[in-house]
This record gives sequence, C-alpha cells and structure tokens, in this order.
Amino acid sequence: MTTIFGIPMQALFGQLLIGLINGSFYALLSLGLAVIFGLLRVINFAHGAQYMLGAFVAYLLLQYLGIGYWAALIVAPLIVGLFGAVVERTMLSRLYKLDPLYGLLFTFGLALTIEGTFRYLYGASGQPYAAPTQLGGGTNLGFMFLPNYRGWVVVVSLLACLGTWLLIEKTKLGSYLRAATENPVLVQAFGVNVPLLLTFTYALGAGLAAFAGVLAAPVYQVSPLMGTNLIIVVFAVVVVGGMGSIMGAIVTGYMLGIAEGLTKVFYPEASNIVIFVIMAIVLLLRPAGLFGRDA
Amino acid sequence: MKPMLQVKGLNSWYGESHVLHGVDMTVGEGEMITILGRNGVGKTTTLRTIIGILRERKGQIVFDGRDMMGVPLHKTAHAGIGFVPEERGIFATLTVEENLMLPPVVAKGGMSLDEIYELFPNLAERRSSPGTKLSGGEQQMLAMARILRTGVKMLLLDEPTEGLAPVIVQRIGEVLKKLKERGMTVLLVEQNFRFASKIADRFYLMDHGQMVADFPVSDLPNQMPMLHKVLGV
Repeated sequence: MTTIFGIPMQALFGQLLIGLINGSFYALLSLGLAVIFGLLRVINFAHGAQYMLGAFVAYLLLQYLGIGYWAALIVAPLIVGLFGAVVERTMLSRLYKLDPLYGLLFTFGLALTIEGTFRYLYGASGQPYAAPTQLGGGTNLGFMFLPNYRGWVVVVSLLACLGTWLLIEKTKLGSYLRAATENPVLVQAFGVNVPLLLTFTYALGAGLAAFAGVLAAPVYQVSPLMGTNLIIVVFAVVVVGGMGSIMGAIVTGYMLGIAEGLTKVFYPEASNIVIFVIMAIVLLLRPAGLFGRDA
Repeated sequence: MKPMLQVKGLNSWYGESHVLHGVDMTVGEGEMITILGRNGVGKTTTLRTIIGILRERKGQIVFDGRDMMGVPLHKTAHAGIGFVPEERGIFATLTVEENLMLPPVVAKGGMSLDEIYELFPNLAERRSSPGTKLSGGEQQMLAMARILRTGVKMLLLDEPTEGLAPVIVQRIGEVLKKLKERGMTVLLVEQNFRFASKIADRFYLMDHGQMVADFPVSDLPNQMPMLHKVLGV
C-alpha cells in the first residue's frame, strides 16, 4: 500500500476528507457568527441551538409532513431565519443600548432554553435522518472511497459560503451591511432603515446555521445537543479568523477543519485540542486574528 | 422667502450634559446660512440635533412644513435633509463608487452619477479604490457628492474646509455656489470665517448653546467689532 510519511494514503485522505467536512460546518457556522457580530456586536451564543433547530426542523418536516431533504434544505433555514427575526425584533434589539455582555447572556440563555426544550421532548439521544437517495452510495476516486453525500456537503457549503461572501461584498444590500458595520448612525441618517437591517442580518445568520444543521442531519444524526458540541470550536474559528471578518471566518473554518483532520492522522491524542492551541498561538502573535483589522 | 427650516426653543442633551439652550433659527428656501461661533458652543450639536442623531431633544423643528420631532432618524433623509458630518464619514470597506451610491435617493432632482463625476473628476478616476484611500480633500468632495445624488432639498454641512489646503477650500466654495444655483438650501457650520463670508447669504452667531446674533452678509462690516469680541478673530 502507498504511504506518505509512513502513513497509509487511505488513512491520510480519509482524515483529510473528515477534516474538510468538519471544516465545511465550521465555515458555515463561523460565517454566520461573524456576520452577526460584525453588524450587531452580539456574540450569538444561540448559534449552536439554531444549527440544531435546522436539523430538527428538517427531521420534523419529514416525520409529520412528509417533506423530504431537498425541500427541507430551503424551508428549514427559512423557518429558523424567521424565528431569528422574531427573537431579534422582540427581545435582542432591546439590549443594543446596554453593555454587549447582555446580548451574550441573553443568547446563551436562549440556547439553553431551546436545547432544554428539545431534550425534554425528544431525549438526549440522536434521531436518524437518512441522506436523500440521489446522494446515497459513494464514488471510488482511485486513491480513496468518497461517500457521495459527504462530497455534496463540501461542495454545497463552499457554494453557500461563496454566495454569502458575494452578497456582502458585491451587492447593494451588502454595501449597506458593510457601511452599517462601520458607522450605523450615519447610515441611518442617510435614510437606511438600520434597525430592519439588523433584524435581517440576525435572520440571515440564524438561517445559515440552520442550513448547516440540515446538511449535518444525515452525517451526525439529529440530537438536541449537536450544536453545543460544535459551537465552542466555532467560536475558536471566529477568534482565529478575526472577529467580524467574513473571509477570515470562511478560510479559517476550512483550514482548522483540515488541521484537525491531519492531527488525527499524525498525533491523534492532540486532535481535540489542536484548534485551541492554534487559537492561543494566533492570539499571542496577532490578537486581531489572521484576517482581522487592528482596531 | 418661504421658510424651509424653522427651529424654535431647541434644547438637547448628551446624557447629563445640557448642550443646546433654546436655539431659535429660520432658514429660507434656497438660502445659504453659516453658523459662526467658538469651539464648543454647540454648532455641531445643532446640526446633529436637527438631523435627529441626538434624540434627547426638546423644542420645535419644522422642515418644509413638517414637524420633525417625532420622525425617526432613518426617515429624516426621506423628508429631504442631507447631512455631511465633520469627520466626513467615508466608509473604508466601501469603494469610492459604493460610498457614492450608498445614501438612498429620496426625491427626484438629485444629480446623476455622470453629473457628479463631471463635477468631481478625481472621484471618477478612483471609483474603485477604497473610500478612505482618497486624500482629505477628495474625501470631503465624496462626502458632499454622495448627498447631491439623493435629491434632498437641504444640506447640513459641518466644517467642510477643516484641515484642507487653500486650493481645495476654494474648490469646495465653487461646489457650494453651484449647489446654490440649483436651489439647494444649505446650513453650514464653519470656523473659516473668510471662506464663509464669500458664500453665505446670512449668518447666525452662536454662543453658549444659543443663537446670539443674526445678520445678512451685507451687514458684515458693521458686525465686525462684535464678531471680534465673541469669536476672538
């Protein structure tokens, strides 16, 4: 069998793929966090819960309405986005004038409430959610076997990241978002409805998290705690990328996913902490993050 | 002359600190008014209170026949008031053209992008650079140009000449004259007294959060001794 650095190629590429898949979820989630933090200055601790909600909405749509994966991929993010909009309008928006800590505490409490409710209703164990039949099976790439669904996750999350980046960097709406991130008061004085923009942004972030949740459902099962496990890593990704940097969140997400995968090959014992070690090093050398602007 | 902006008994606060103490002023349609005054007497605050950035305010603001006190900040521009802040407010993450296109058009009669580029050729050349890569003078031009697109009837302009070279100051003066020809109403805060005396129709003198004098440009020679005393110029 072919080996690289004494490691079987199969194992290396296998872990790289797992790293890339995890990286896709890191990127999608940290992207939403970065967008929300950039404009609202809120550290959205409910992001993991919104990711979980996405997976659960997909699961419930299938169970009770017979709505399958493809429709859920669109409908679940819309439902969770709408939920996010209601939360922002009725509760979160009241906290902007206070210390940012209140936003953090509120979203943390919200996450606990949502996750607690789902644990009460569905138990802590996971619910299975099948990948769509069109994406069943796998492809032999010669050097490794690629399950089709996993390949799909990598491609579609890349597209979603790219789409969000284009929305923010290249559209009129995106120019409002960027300008309001720099100076919300002036943008409002120009006649832009900034409060509505904030609601939209929070909904967008929540919707992205839910989108990641639907993608994750066939990979990880649907469980009330699926977000809790992921969100801490995602916060590390945002910090490494630079708080509020869109490109930083995306690139760092994939990078850290891959770094984690490679660590599993070369030194498995460290794979759980490698992301946090990288975070510590980056914070020491570049406190603003890899892509962050120095304040 | 039909009044465009009427301000009566305007008070405003930054938290505990009471800054405006009953400002009264009237700006006629198409007039160019300059507010003079020493540093810290409330000139910038007057503009920020009229536009509604400062919400802790009492008194009366009527613009174009409409009571503005209850109008939320993001609707003020739609009523027809544009604002160019002292710090210019050019966005670093937006290109020059994105900066230019940022404020929504609120009424017909604004300049088209082509007209603006004709008036400010420098901006056309650098349309895809980041807004803050422009020189100070160019940033001031951009800050003014982007409001001209929107079709507002009145411009609140805060110290446009601050820190700029004489040749740029002269250019800003020309732009303001052109605006006046187009019928724009302008309320200008300016420390540069010589600059203001060349373009303004009328002056308000501000001290301790109030308007203490009001005179047309023709009366300027008579007012000089008093101005010397209050402004220390």
